[in-house]
Amino acid sequence: MSSKPYIREVSKTSWFLSQPRYKRYMAREVTCIFIFAYTFLLIFALGSLANGPDAFQEFLSALRSPWGVLFNLAVLVAAVYHSISWFSVTPQAMPIQRGEEFVPGNLIVNAHYGAWAVVSLVVLILGV
Amino acid sequence: MSEERQIQLEVLRYNPETDLEPRFQTYSVPCVNEWVVLDALNYVKENLDPTLSYRWSCHMAVCGSCGYMINGEPKLGCKAFIHEYGDHIRVEPLAHFPIERDLVTVVEDFITKFASVKPYLIPKEDKPISAGEFKQTPAQLMKFKQYTLCINCMLCYAACPQYGLVPEFLGPAAISMAHRYNQDSRDGGRDQRQEVIAAHEGVWECSFVGACSEVCPKHVDPAGALQQVKVASTIDWYKEHLMPWSKK
Repeated sequence: MSSKPYIREVSKTSWFLSQPRYKRYMAREVTCIFIFAYTFLLIFALGSLANGPDAFQEFLSALRSPWGVLFNLAVLVAAVYHSISWFSVTPQAMPIQRGEEFVPGNLIVNAHYGAWAVVSLVVLILGV
Repeated sequence: MSEERQIQLEVLRYNPETDLEPRFQTYSVPCVNEWVVLDALNYVKENLDPTLSYRWSCHMAVCGSCGYMINGEPKLGCKAFIHEYGDHIRVEPLAHFPIERDLVTVVEDFITKFASVKPYLIPKEDKPISAGEFKQTPAQLMKFKQYTLCINCMLCYAACPQYGLVPEFLGPAAISMAHRYNQDSRDGGRDQRQEVIAAHEGVWECSFVGACSEVCPKHVDPAGALQQVKVASTIDWYKEHLMPWSKK
């Protein structure tokens, strides 16, 4: 072994720019910020609900403002991307073995989409 | 007749005795389209520059020696066909490992980590040879067969940004191999391996970039193995804290 192997430093701030797959990963991770922000919105909603009907009505009209709609749209896009990117890797994390065979990955992914559709439908029915 | 093409092979060179830092050297190599990048390196070594250092052995994706960064992507030199590239190919040592000389990297860190997960069968109970073999059904074999295909080529470590940023990370191949033995019906060593792989520098450093599985030349899917280890370790934690009376 040599006395001075050369060590290549990895940039702590720009490493993800070096490969498209790292950028895709960072895109998936960045969506968390939107979901994190949305949890604050929900807490704020609970707070205004606790402050009485007027405060809650004010909160609802703020949601209907252009900025409120824009924020919700941005979160929706981020949440959809987040969900799709995670659904696509579920067969890796949760393989199901039946005898000597594994259940095909697309079946596991589609089951998640199915569950998503059912939950969305239930929420929609409850909300209407 | 095979078509011949002149390739500009740009190779990272580093001589620890004379160089302060690595530099690129370009060789003009007459390549046959059926060649792989390793053939081009061999041509350079035999005809143009005998000082070029690189590892290789089997030339058929079994030994795992010839991993290089080829145009920035971790690849086996023996599986990277010339016809998949343009007229300019850049070859560098595997990323995230110190450079020993030219394309040769220092791999002690990987070997130490690999050995630390006890990558061998630890039988549940000792039994004499006269008692016969440990039997296994085809279904029990299928549970882990995919992970036995690892050839320790370290492409997954070169692809993993987490290993580049946090060198203490145990890494994809070592944890996958621990998972391989943990899944083996003949094995009883899971508790010993969990101490290493369920630690903070173990599987929890993984943020599921998934690059390891994308570059794996043997389709081992280390990223999948690591997520399964996370699920199993989480179940362990809940069992330990919510059901202290239950045996792990």
